[in-house]
Amino acid sequence: MQFFWAFVVGGALCVIGQLLMDLTSYKFTPAHVLVTFVSAGAIISAVGLYQPLVNLAGAGATVPLTGFGHLLAQGAINGVKQHGLLGAFSGGITAAAAGITAAVVFGYLAALAFRPRS
Amino acid sequence: MAARQKNGKQTVWFQNPPVIISAASVVGSREGEGPLGKTFDRVVYDTYYGEKTWEKAEQRMMLEAMQKALEKANIQDSDIDFMLAGDLLNQIITANFTARALAIPFLGLYGACSTMYESLALGAMLIDGGFAERVLVGASSHYCTAERQYRFPTEMGNQRPMTAQWTVTGAGAAILSREGSGPVITHATIGKVVDLGQGDPQNMGAAMAPAAADTIISHLQDTSRNPDYYDLIITGDLGAYGKKLAVQLISQNGYDISERCSDCGILIYSPSQDVHAGGSGCGCSAVVTCGYLIENLISGKYKRLLGIGTGALLSPCSSQQGETVPGIGHAVAIEMR
Amino acid sequence: MPAIKQKQLYYDMVKQSAPKPRVWRNTFWAFVVGGLICLVGQFIIVFFRTRGLDVNEAGAATSATLVFLAAFLTGLGVYDEVSRFGGAGGIVPITGFANSMVAPALEYRAEGMVFGVGARLFNIAGPVLVWGIVTAWVAGILYYFFR
Repeated sequence: MQFFWAFVVGGALCVIGQLLMDLTSYKFTPAHVLVTFVSAGAIISAVGLYQPLVNLAGAGATVPLTGFGHLLAQGAINGVKQHGLLGAFSGGITAAAAGITAAVVFGYLAALAFRPRS
Repeated sequence: MAARQKNGKQTVWFQNPPVIISAASVVGSREGEGPLGKTFDRVVYDTYYGEKTWEKAEQRMMLEAMQKALEKANIQDSDIDFMLAGDLLNQIITANFTARALAIPFLGLYGACSTMYESLALGAMLIDGGFAERVLVGASSHYCTAERQYRFPTEMGNQRPMTAQWTVTGAGAAILSREGSGPVITHATIGKVVDLGQGDPQNMGAAMAPAAADTIISHLQDTSRNPDYYDLIITGDLGAYGKKLAVQLISQNGYDISERCSDCGILIYSPSQDVHAGGSGCGCSAVVTCGYLIENLISGKYKRLLGIGTGALLSPCSSQQGETVPGIGHAVAIEMR
Repeated sequence: MPAIKQKQLYYDMVKQSAPKPRVWRNTFWAFVVGGLICLVGQFIIVFFRTRGLDVNEAGAATSATLVFLAAFLTGLGVYDEVSRFGGAGGIVPITGFANSMVAPALEYRAEGMVFGVGARLFNIAGPVLVWGIVTAWVAGILYYFFR
């Protein structure tokens, strides 16, 4: 059942992104969509509404960039729980470290290995 | 006192109309596969053209277009008095670096996509003013170099709206001469920078249409001509939607050009090539003019035509700072006598 | 005619002439492409779970795997076609984030390993990290004071 919800929730989040691009001004670029999704994910997560979505849809909620924001926000909040104020500084990136490091390393390697086409 | 060879506010006329003694064009694969493919001198299928970077590939295309034009006119670069050229890249490196390879006194131009017509107009003035016997003019653009400078890297996924245009990969060059045979340049109308408040960098046609319309109207008024004087009135790269807007703006001023107008950006690709509104870039008007248009003037299909190079004068910086996009259009009247 | 009125009139003309984005079609494909990418993610999570990873570990491993796939497909010149077709369906998943890092890095390699690859990796990822980290930090601080 989680496979079904992964498809539907993941697809629905992308639909929101598509509508943001198509129905707003040309000034709202794909980069703006990514930034909006990360921040929105962090905010929704902080008020406690994102975790239920993850429980329902699994990758459908964690793979879209809102899930990245959720990871960062939960990391910061858990950091505060464990280490106090300092945790707000260290928790977010700690939680998201795998994704960030993977993106940097694989990005770097891909840039070395490939030549851009048109 | 008004200038001796100027009519009205914007138009100059030439006492001894300079002759376009040769013209050459080099294009990329998409342009070569388009409806005008046969009118270009060379089609290059590798976007790198055997070079290390796309910028170098664009320079090589411009250099080859210029060498081809010299070859067709059967003259040496030492026979040329001035070279006028430009492109879209920052600090017009394509033209500058091409001029580095040719030992010709050089004036770099930037008129965005209107550069080819800017160079034709200025070259004709230099010759008719008695400052030069022969002038080499040209312009180029490359999809990959322009795209990454103005928009996104080519490998980045994004969706282009239907109003977006496709930057032409290609370079065009022509040689103007005081004497010789070929089509002649009789008038040039220098455009004003016009901005009607359009800001969408994915709808350049709408930003440039008012400038094109303004120049066409001024040309017709300055020369007291009717649109039917010309067999063809062809804009540079307004694309499908920009052309519609320009025709509409011109008709609001009492001229009907709808039956004899076209656009290089519409002609260069066929709708099946998925380029949306059409071609754009310096190379667009350059290769269509130096290929298709000159060819059809020589063959007699067109006797008189008015070409209008259209440019969108934006930069990535001005766009990000929220500025609107000013446009410009330079018109050149070319006749076969 | 006053300039402002002229601009307003022209604005209306442009609005009439410009084609509407194909919202239904775009939305449909964004749903399908985005949904499929998440479905692939779900398969990868389940795979790692059966290998004995806990929920958080499986999530991290899945992100890393998807990022790898996206970087690879970007290098092959395939991923930009996915987004061209799927729109936000290709942009919003973490694969789109990876694409936005690899694409500029790849293309600016000619400008060198420091200012080319090194700096351009963060062309679009930079803003995303800045906004994500700052928002999460604010969440942490608010939690500290108001829990």
